[in-house]
Amino acid sequence: MDGIFAIYRKEMEDHFSSMRFLLITALIVMVGVIIASMVGMSIQEELKGMAKPDFIFLLLFTSTGKLFSFVQFIGFFGPLIGIILGFDAINRERTGRTLSKLVAQPIYRDAIINGKFLAGVTMITIVMVSLVLIIAGLGIRLIGVVPGVEEVGRLLIYLVLSILYISFWLGAAILFSVVFRSTATSALASLAVWIGLSFFVGLGGSLLADAVAPMTQTADMQQAADSFLKNAEVQRVASLLSPATLYGDATSTILDPLRKTPRSFVLMGPMERLSLSRFQNPLPLPQSVVIVAPFLISIIAITFLCFGICYAIFMRQEIRST
Amino acid sequence: MEKEIVIRTEELTKRYGKQTAVDRLSLEVTEGEVFGFLGPNGAGKTTTMLMLLGLTEPTSGTVRVCGYDPARDPLKVKELIGYLPENVGFYEDMDARQNLRYIARLNRVPDAVSTGRIDRLLDQVDLAKESDKKVGSYSKGMRQRLGIAEVLVKEPKVLFLDEPTIGLDPDGTNRMLDLIRGLSRKRRMTIFFSSHLLEQVQRISDRIGIMIRGKLVAAGPLAELAQRSLGLEAGESYTLEEIYMKYFKEA
Repeated sequence: MDGIFAIYRKEMEDHFSSMRFLLITALIVMVGVIIASMVGMSIQEELKGMAKPDFIFLLLFTSTGKLFSFVQFIGFFGPLIGIILGFDAINRERTGRTLSKLVAQPIYRDAIINGKFLAGVTMITIVMVSLVLIIAGLGIRLIGVVPGVEEVGRLLIYLVLSILYISFWLGAAILFSVVFRSTATSALASLAVWIGLSFFVGLGGSLLADAVAPMTQTADMQQAADSFLKNAEVQRVASLLSPATLYGDATSTILDPLRKTPRSFVLMGPMERLSLSRFQNPLPLPQSVVIVAPFLISIIAITFLCFGICYAIFMRQEIRST
Repeated sequence: MEKEIVIRTEELTKRYGKQTAVDRLSLEVTEGEVFGFLGPNGAGKTTTMLMLLGLTEPTSGTVRVCGYDPARDPLKVKELIGYLPENVGFYEDMDARQNLRYIARLNRVPDAVSTGRIDRLLDQVDLAKESDKKVGSYSKGMRQRLGIAEVLVKEPKVLFLDEPTIGLDPDGTNRMLDLIRGLSRKRRMTIFFSSHLLEQVQRISDRIGIMIRGKLVAAGPLAELAQRSLGLEAGESYTLEEIYMKYFKEA
């Protein structure tokens, strides 16, 4: 454990003194202010003259304003934070010829990976917490609504989910930094996997669905409906391979109490949702948690999988200084 | 008094695919000894060291360092030894003191203890004045001296130095050799160092091992090797070069 702590401490010092941290801080401020003002103002606009709906505070994070919502933004670009923090974790030491002396110290090899991972997770936590605080703070000023206990609880769960999600990408990036000796290669490989899993799995899913369960065009309504449902089911299962999809489903359920399923079957605008809320009761918090539990388990599982592969490769690697 | 055997290998072999890097190596190094490990580039010197450190697993044969098997008890061995790899790297944007501190922390040396020790070591390797500069600005010689300070910060019993003088100027080389010799004489440290520079090995080693193409072709004190290979009597002059070339041609 001492080894992990020594490495953690050094990595944190590195993070704080690096150019990367400066860039990340600039990014936090920029994104936070832009999203908060954009979304805050559009909520102000839409709610003019209406009765205040439940959970309006959470709308700061889920409604899209003019461009995108905070949740969508993190779902898309959160992985980049993880990748930036981890893509050169091990191979930077290798190219700097420090790895060979590091492994000659009386620490377990996995302590090197664990220490770096924990330092990265701490950085991710700092980034996410400060983003949420900036948006919440500016948002309270703009819409003039203070969050209730349940909303704070939901935000906290959302934070945990987001930190886990970005940490998975950190773990994946560290894995690539073990596999590839050049930092440029590992960065590109991480980006390729990110793009593949985030953008193309959906596309591949619909192709797969059309191949496995094609929609039939018949006069028989029942048969057509069956084939349509089957097709949609295959697509959904395929999209579960994408952490971005899992994350999107889970977070929108936790932040939007009026959603009772993680499936994005029906698209609704904020106005529709508001009018729906008059006839529906929000899902209680514990029930929302039950719905996101599968996501939680699967993101933890794939993170561990990443680590398993990482350990297996790194433990058996021979490390020479040349 | 019988001297303790610190390093012992028996029939140690390492193969990479079909190529044999180290072939049935058996050797012993006793406490407080300077063992010079000599051989051309690619003879298997570094691979041998990696096996002694537990950084790579032998294909067959046994290794004991201070009584421990490096493949089974790597942490025990790593607590007792200091390893200076060839062309060692440092964290370039940290200064000398920070680099040393990090290694001390990894070795569970409390900061209160390591502060004084780091000052002494920097003094000893003549880096006290430059200790607040970033290592990125250091010359080759300064880096090598910092490397020595770094392996000493944990106060090891055995030092493994891989080509410690490579790339140093004559003055730097002399200082490095004096330092190594001093560690063995004054602190009773066992030193296992590899080099392909004959004159240096001759100057500071108590015993010499010559490795050619993965095989240890000779091991022993210099005078003994001279007698064996060149057939000289005691008192006649010889150089290590003559001995080395003789073995090299035979192999």
